[in-house]
Amino acid sequence: MSLYKDFSNGIIKENPVLRLVLGTCPTLAVTTAVFNGIGMGIAATAVLIGSNLIISLIKKMVPNEVRIPIYVIVIASFVTAVQMLIKAYSPELDNQLGIFIPLIVVNCIILARAESFAAKNPPLNSIMDGIGMGLGFTLALVIISTFREVLGAGTFFGMQLFGAGFKPALIMILPPGGFLVFGLTIAAVNKITAGKKA
Amino acid sequence: MNFLLILLSVILVNNMVLSRFLGICPFLGVSKKVETALGMSIAVTFVMALASVMSWLVQTFLLVPLGIEYMQTIAFILVIAGLVQFVEMVIKKTSPTLYQALGVYLPLITTNCAVLGIAILSIQSNFNLLETLVNGIGGGLSFTLAIVLFAGVRERLETAPIPKALEGFPIAMIAASLFSIAFLGFQGLIK
Repeated sequence: MSLYKDFSNGIIKENPVLRLVLGTCPTLAVTTAVFNGIGMGIAATAVLIGSNLIISLIKKMVPNEVRIPIYVIVIASFVTAVQMLIKAYSPELDNQLGIFIPLIVVNCIILARAESFAAKNPPLNSIMDGIGMGLGFTLALVIISTFREVLGAGTFFGMQLFGAGFKPALIMILPPGGFLVFGLTIAAVNKITAGKKA
Repeated sequence: MNFLLILLSVILVNNMVLSRFLGICPFLGVSKKVETALGMSIAVTFVMALASVMSWLVQTFLLVPLGIEYMQTIAFILVIAGLVQFVEMVIKKTSPTLYQALGVYLPLITTNCAVLGIAILSIQSNFNLLETLVNGIGGGLSFTLAIVLFAGVRERLETAPIPKALEGFPIAMIAASLFSIAFLGFQGLIK
């Protein structure tokens, strides 16, 4: 029961992007197309599960003063592994995400979960938290990239949606569109959750 | 001339924050007041310039000769974390006033993706040492420009009547979007 709770927590109630507003840089940068959003989501989820597990296992051995550097090294190792996997199996994704793959290291979601969850909970719960948070991150990326790709390019997952007469609003896949859609998505989530409480 | 091009490119055309999306967390986190924004950006510029140079040295004299370029991410993040710690200690010893002003921001810089980002970008663009330094300083100035201007806008937003759901973060994003549109205007500046 509590394992399920740890898992579901990250998806909606404490969605890392839409509720906690963490990991904003990759959220804005990679959401120009749904494909990139899913790719980034899966990569970050893999790192999150791995780092959560390891940190939860070593938490008793790590001296408190140097815990952050040690967490960062654990995370960086997983990022490097994921980076090599992506390069080997999906050069196209590597091309699209570019610099934002190594930058998963400084994605605040991962360090925040290490510090606030994995360092205090047993390994199994930490894995569930990693999966949940990772899925929540992916979900948010998919929502935002869907809006941006459909409006900005007239496609969804690369498929043409509208007839030839459709003129896409290019601004949506440029940086300003990213800020705009992200802001409005959070506003919508605020609105919905505020209505629930009342 | 080359240096001027690098500076212009990193500050205006490819602004770190507004068109490359690096360093959004501190951009939103500490941009509520012009004063704190300025303090943060001085600290960031300083660390960024040092970090770019240090990581260039590590890349050229350590990773490439040993053939372990794949260790780049780990090596760079260690360099940055170490550097931030070092800068913090030096400032604490030498200038307590500066430490008072910048102290709180320093630990935050380790997780500022703009610092790691500019270090990796310099390597990817095959810059030499001097160009890397210029790029690092330019990156810092570019962050400074964006965050200080934005803080000015946010100070006004505090008192503006805003629909409830848009308060706080969402309206800041929308303001950032308008900023970003303005910076698109620099797009054609460098061919």
